Amino acid sequence: MNSMIQFIPLELIHILIGLVAILAFIGVNGLALVYVERKVAGFIQRRPGPYEVGPWGILQTLADAVKLMGKQLFSPSGDRLLFWVAPMLAFAPLPLLFMAIPVGKNLVAFDANLGLILILAFSGLNVLALCLAGWGSYNKWSLLGAVRSVSQAVAYEIPMLLAVLAVTLMTGTLQLSAIVDAQGAWPWQWHWLTQPAGFIIYLICALAETNRAPFDLPEAESELTAGFHTEYSGMGFGLFFLAEYSSMVVVSSVCTILFLGGWKGPGPEILGFIWFFAKVYGLVLLMMWVRWTFPRVRFDQLLNISWRWLIPLSLFNLLYVAAVVKI
Amino acid sequence: MNLYGEIVEAIKGLYSLAVGMGVTGRYAFKPQVTVHYPRKTVDNIATYSGHVELLPGAKNPSGTDCIVCGTCARNCPSGCLDVQVLELMEENPDPEKKPKKIKKLNALMYDYSYCSLCGQCVENCPVTALGFSHHVYWAEFDRKDIKMDLVARLHEQLKTGKEA
Repeated sequence: MNSMIQFIPLELIHILIGLVAILAFIGVNGLALVYVERKVAGFIQRRPGPYEVGPWGILQTLADAVKLMGKQLFSPSGDRLLFWVAPMLAFAPLPLLFMAIPVGKNLVAFDANLGLILILAFSGLNVLALCLAGWGSYNKWSLLGAVRSVSQAVAYEIPMLLAVLAVTLMTGTLQLSAIVDAQGAWPWQWHWLTQPAGFIIYLICALAETNRAPFDLPEAESELTAGFHTEYSGMGFGLFFLAEYSSMVVVSSVCTILFLGGWKGPGPEILGFIWFFAKVYGLVLLMMWVRWTFPRVRFDQLLNISWRWLIPLSLFNLLYVAAVVKI
Repeated sequence: MNLYGEIVEAIKGLYSLAVGMGVTGRYAFKPQVTVHYPRKTVDNIATYSGHVELLPGAKNPSGTDCIVCGTCARNCPSGCLDVQVLELMEENPDPEKKPKKIKKLNALMYDYSYCSLCGQCVENCPVTALGFSHHVYWAEFDRKDIKMDLVARLHEQLKTGKEA
């Protein structure tokens, strides 16, 4: 037994342990964030929010998850294979995204030297999942949602990549832990002050990329019933939901790493992960706050914001950073 | 619009977004305005306009002022009121004359499942015999059970003296 373990590369065990931790984190995070989202919505609308299940309703999402698992899986008369591949495809890349994220010093499952590219590439798979879901649902609302999600993703990937590119131009690396190391412990040593425009552009694009309000056009409840996930029941819907909340954490983590100093903060380095999670969940709370404040944008407004404002602004930002780096 | 104007407009728009965030941010910490329903109830049920009911009459406090004209049923867009008339022959002291018919309201059948609470019956009643009740908690398990004879309800109310 002992000799067998020696044949397994250490790196693989490292990744495996990281993966198990990440999968556990994704589940708990989904449950917690749904609860927080509903509480935030309640407080902003001056209601109590979930209150009945458990003390202050903290077991509400657990009960919801059990309900979702117990529900019948119903598939419409469209393409059943694509229909059921879609939620899995929405969920499958998530562990990979979390693996490249450095939570603390050396606290990363897989410190790829192209970590940023890995995250950006695999988070793009989400669009494919939404597209397949809309197509497989055999339903006009779902298809409209899918079409919207594709054009939205195409429009907002560009300014996001340009904003990210400006940071990598400044630090000269695509490795996330190296980008964190390029920033200091105090807020005035982080990249958000050297690139405020990139920071704001990234925040807006992050909202659009995760299909959060005010850019939640693919699932616009009032126009498209529920958009791409109209036809999904039970855990099919549950996986989309989990994917949405996990990708919120992913984009917030990337934002934290790029602009807010990652796990750096005053205090001992070993407690860096507390700083990291504080910053990430602060950003997630900001996204929720935005969701319950602003109405949904119209589709032409959505594209106008991207093509007429964010892309030129991020290009100028890139030029400015290039000039600063050169000089 | 020129470029300068558009930029000014965008900055104003961004400022308005910040104002909106400020409003919701302040609201998140204000006290709640809703109550935990089954344990607490609101105390302003008197302001609630519920289903249609017959009011105790101004002329006839022990019954209704209804003159059985049927205006309420005719004006109802959903056809949820049914005026059932009881026709009586008046006891005429003069046997030479033809006995006069008097109409009495036997029952006013009200089908709440169709009612949209538009108030056409209440507005058009010539003797103000109809009004809105404060009856919040009327619920049934079956759609066909959510019907009521408003005359019987009025008599029940007058007998018990309760406004329910």
